[in-house]
Amino acid sequence: MITKDQIVRWLEKTAAVLQANKTYLTDLDSAIGDADHGTNMDRGFKKVMEKLPTVFDNDIGNILKTTGMTLISSVGGASGPLYGTFFMRSGMAIAAKEELSDEDLFTLLQAGVEGILQRGRPNLEDKTMYDAWAPALEAMQGALSTGMGTVEVLETAVAAAEQGMKNTIPLQARKGRASYLGERSIGHQDPGATSSYLMLNALLETVKE
Amino acid sequence: MKKLINDVDNVVREQLEGMALAHPDAIKVNYDPYFVVRADAPVEGKVAIISGGGSGHEPMHGGFVGMGMLDGACPGEVFTSPTPDQMYECAKAVDSGAGVLFLVKNYTGDVLNFETAAELAYADGIKVQSILVDDDAAVKDSLYTAGRRGVGATVIVEKIVGAAAEAGYNLGQCADLARKVNMYGRSIGIALTSCTVPAAGKPTFDLGDGEFEFGIGIHGEPGRQRLPMKSVDEITAMMAAAVLDDEAYSRTVREWDNEEGTWFDKELTDEPFKSGDSVIAFVNSMGGTPVSELYAVYRKLAAECEARGVKIARNLIGPYITSLEMQGCSITLVKTDDEILKFWDAPVNTLGLRWGA
Ligand SMILES: Nc1ncnc2c1ncn2[C@@H]1O[C@H](COP(=O)(O)OP(=O)(O)OP(=O)(O)O)[C@@H](O)[C@H]1O
Ligand SMILES: [Mg+2]
Repeated sequence: MITKDQIVRWLEKTAAVLQANKTYLTDLDSAIGDADHGTNMDRGFKKVMEKLPTVFDNDIGNILKTTGMTLISSVGGASGPLYGTFFMRSGMAIAAKEELSDEDLFTLLQAGVEGILQRGRPNLEDKTMYDAWAPALEAMQGALSTGMGTVEVLETAVAAAEQGMKNTIPLQARKGRASYLGERSIGHQDPGATSSYLMLNALLETVKE
Repeated sequence: MKKLINDVDNVVREQLEGMALAHPDAIKVNYDPYFVVRADAPVEGKVAIISGGGSGHEPMHGGFVGMGMLDGACPGEVFTSPTPDQMYECAKAVDSGAGVLFLVKNYTGDVLNFETAAELAYADGIKVQSILVDDDAAVKDSLYTAGRRGVGATVIVEKIVGAAAEAGYNLGQCADLARKVNMYGRSIGIALTSCTVPAAGKPTFDLGDGEFEFGIGIHGEPGRQRLPMKSVDEITAMMAAAVLDDEAYSRTVREWDNEEGTWFDKELTDEPFKSGDSVIAFVNSMGGTPVSELYAVYRKLAAECEARGVKIARNLIGPYITSLEMQGCSITLVKTDDEILKFWDAPVNTLGLRWGA
């Protein structure tokens, strides 16, 4: 079970984690992109933090949709529309709820990732954020069917996302700016997969508190 | 870093403010969110043409707003794509009811943000279509990359489609013409120096005195190859070959179906240039290269075209799509036909491009 309060704290923690990892993400992006991913994400979640108090009283779906709209209008780059769509779709998927079952949580994340797929059309192993989300969802679904508790379910998902993130290192990028580097993109971890892992891990930490 | 700036965070805003002060009769600037529109927008009964992208390429796109070219331009931060609220608000400001055509350079960031904007505009009842510009012959394959980048042909597409909209083309006709001009165009760029993004504070790459980069984009990204510095004739011959001898290029693009409210895929193939073709030849400075050197490039380019039986029908020479202060240049060739030539010659009155008006 996840409460609305926890969803709000997840967003706050995400903002804090992205700020703390701003330089790290930008360094990853300078190796295979244009050195702006950390700055983009930090700018976006700072704006989300400004907006959040105005929607505290609304339902979870509305809070997530507002997060998505805010990211869309403040992040820019490729990741703005991708993460923006992620939160918009996840908000729509669970609509007017005030708390979420573990299945709801899965539905939410799955709808968000579906949004990333529709917007960016990444394939598995294109070296994008999808390479962190796809295994995370799969692991989470498996864990749910064995009847684990929320923390264990999320631990399984986060471990898979982390592995997926690390698996991007030997890949050659086929999407986004990094794809123009061809073989020179090999040997670097994808910044978007990294921010996705950090985001999911922030959810786990929130639930553990 | 030595630049004429105040606070790096305010660079784009202060430059827009200056532009608005200098040309109140020609353009209006909106600051929240950023966009530039023609002073007389919306123009009754006319399809509105909007483009946009990162700043740092001036005069593109804001300098091309005006009669016979763009109705609106959406500038992002330096070398960063604009966000969908900019294109959406800009579309609302310029739409007269005849619809809005987005001209989008093919970079993942630009593409995804414009796609989101098209959906927002459509949901609001605005007729919208979106055409990609992807003319950079330095990118060879479309299967394992995000495809050819949008570079010099953008200027030509904006000029020609802007004139067609002015002449009364409807939205579908403007979109078809934009797609055609893009498919008729190819470009290649070189850099003699890197450039410095204000927020980064240092040059994007290091290039030795005796070297140049071949096959660059317009964001200070390194090119396809780093080579020992050569004469202008040798460099131009290489560039001309990359464009004139480039083979057919195929890719899948995504376009918006305004009836269905969905995206659909289109397979497009650009045919190579051949003897007997007539072209517009565009020699462009990356910002730091003087016009005099561009003429030296044009001199050799003309010879290379002639040697292949390609006739230069019109030319454009100068800094129109730049990379801040980078030294370097690009050449763009666009095959012409009667329709394209007619709209190329039509009057245009913008800050960056003006004739016949
Ligand atoms: N088509 C895509 N589908 C899914 N994810 C993508 C796609 N293209 C890029 N990405 C993700 O976006 C990340 C880069 O995001 P970033 O914020 O740096 O934008 P950007 O590519 O630099 O945009 P811009 O070029 O406009 O500055 C990559 O690491 C990758 O994970
Ligand atoms: Mg980036």
